[in-house]
Amino acid sequence: MAEDESLRLSRIKANLERRALIYDVIRAFFRSEGFLEVETPLLVPTVAPEKYITPFTVNGWFLSTSPEMHMKRLLAAGYSKIFQICHSFRKSERGQLHNPEFTMMEWYRVGSDYMGIMQDTEWLICTLANKLCSGSTIRYQGKNIDLTPTWPRVTVRDAFLRSAGWDPFTRLDEERFEVDLVEKVIPSFDAGRPTVLLDYPVAMASLARLRPGSPPVAERAEVFIGGLELANAYSELNDAAEQEKRFKQEIETLKREGKRSVVMPEKFLECLPDLPECGGIALGIDRLAMLFCDAASIDEVIAFPWDVV
Amino acid sequence: MDIAEVSRNTKFLINGVPFAVEDVKFVKPGKGRAMYYLKLRNLFDGTTRDQTYHSSDKVEEVHVSSNEMQYLYKEGDQYVFMDNENFEQHHVPKEMLGTKSQFLKEGLVATVSVMEGRILEVIIPKFVELAVVKGAASSKSDTITAQSKMVELETGVALAVPAFVKEGDVLKVDTRTSSYVERVSPKR
Repeated sequence: MAEDESLRLSRIKANLERRALIYDVIRAFFRSEGFLEVETPLLVPTVAPEKYITPFTVNGWFLSTSPEMHMKRLLAAGYSKIFQICHSFRKSERGQLHNPEFTMMEWYRVGSDYMGIMQDTEWLICTLANKLCSGSTIRYQGKNIDLTPTWPRVTVRDAFLRSAGWDPFTRLDEERFEVDLVEKVIPSFDAGRPTVLLDYPVAMASLARLRPGSPPVAERAEVFIGGLELANAYSELNDAAEQEKRFKQEIETLKREGKRSVVMPEKFLECLPDLPECGGIALGIDRLAMLFCDAASIDEVIAFPWDVV
Repeated sequence: MDIAEVSRNTKFLINGVPFAVEDVKFVKPGKGRAMYYLKLRNLFDGTTRDQTYHSSDKVEEVHVSSNEMQYLYKEGDQYVFMDNENFEQHHVPKEMLGTKSQFLKEGLVATVSVMEGRILEVIIPKFVELAVVKGAASSKSDTITAQSKMVELETGVALAVPAFVKEGDVLKVDTRTSSYVERVSPKR
């Protein structure tokens, strides 16, 4: 039987208070770094075509799955340092770490790249730890985590060779990649430190820039803290032709699998030639709150999760 | 049914065998496919197993109904129940009932899950009221502690009860733990 609502809400009150404090610290942090807080639409005519992200449909439009494309349109128009905290919506994503409506923070820095954004992330998380826990060590689910920069970085190739025994760059098996990532690679990370997993196979680049080389890699970095996948950063791709090619592939796959028909986000593609070199990141605010509230489930940091709305 | 619609207590078939979902762990790495780590209970034999599914996997839905049925009588190793809706009679083997069989009194209403006419599970009330038919045996070996003793109930089951319980008393019994709860009425 469901827990009584008022009981549940009073039980998580301290978490919601802490969550509000997190917002205060984040906003102060970005203001002091000279960032502009922006707002972009939640109700949108197109979403980025991605195989494994399903949007909610509203009168033929969509609830935004991420503010990324609109934020890049701002960057293309000359905004250089922007951040946003907004709700995003992804159908069927529900679990201990997922709610179909969740809170996302994104920030973008012109002239930077995924490594520059990683430094922002390290400083932001450290600032939060200092203000909320008066130190750089937090305790999450029974383990101490030392958040002092610089966080250990491991490439996808090294992590997979070490923990799963194969190299995703020689022959990428995407299904095996995800299973091994969840069951072997992530559990092998040092529980006492954050881990930055970086340089993804080209096929998993999404909206990230490629770095030529042998093999070429996608400049993408994911942050893991306490087993939580917290954030995903890119050196942002500004090659419109390449981006269109990737979207077309996703659209084809979605069509072939009979999942849904997808409209190409033309306005976004049109802005790309004007998008300067930049880095950006999406960070899950609910999971950040979980981390700083020592909460095991996303339901502990959201007043009204999906099942009790 | 799409795997995304599966939640706790959903029932579906694997190779014709019905399973109930006991637990779902949803995992979705970054931009990747969702994975569903399910803990499943076999509704035929009660065993559990773990099974992993991926997004867009399909499972075969199964209709399991819950019917109110009244216990009628025992026939050999079979227990006969009657559906209160359509008055159909069903034979339930002793093994399916386990320890529940010792609390079956004529007229007891149980909730029975049925799949395509086949009985999967019999759920009896958590508490039943049964009369004591044989009072304390006086031998020392039957005494569990100074304050309790063994009595026999009308269904034939032996139960540890407080010393004050007498023959003819009606007792409330917890069927999950096979234990005495309270005396409902004194000697009638």
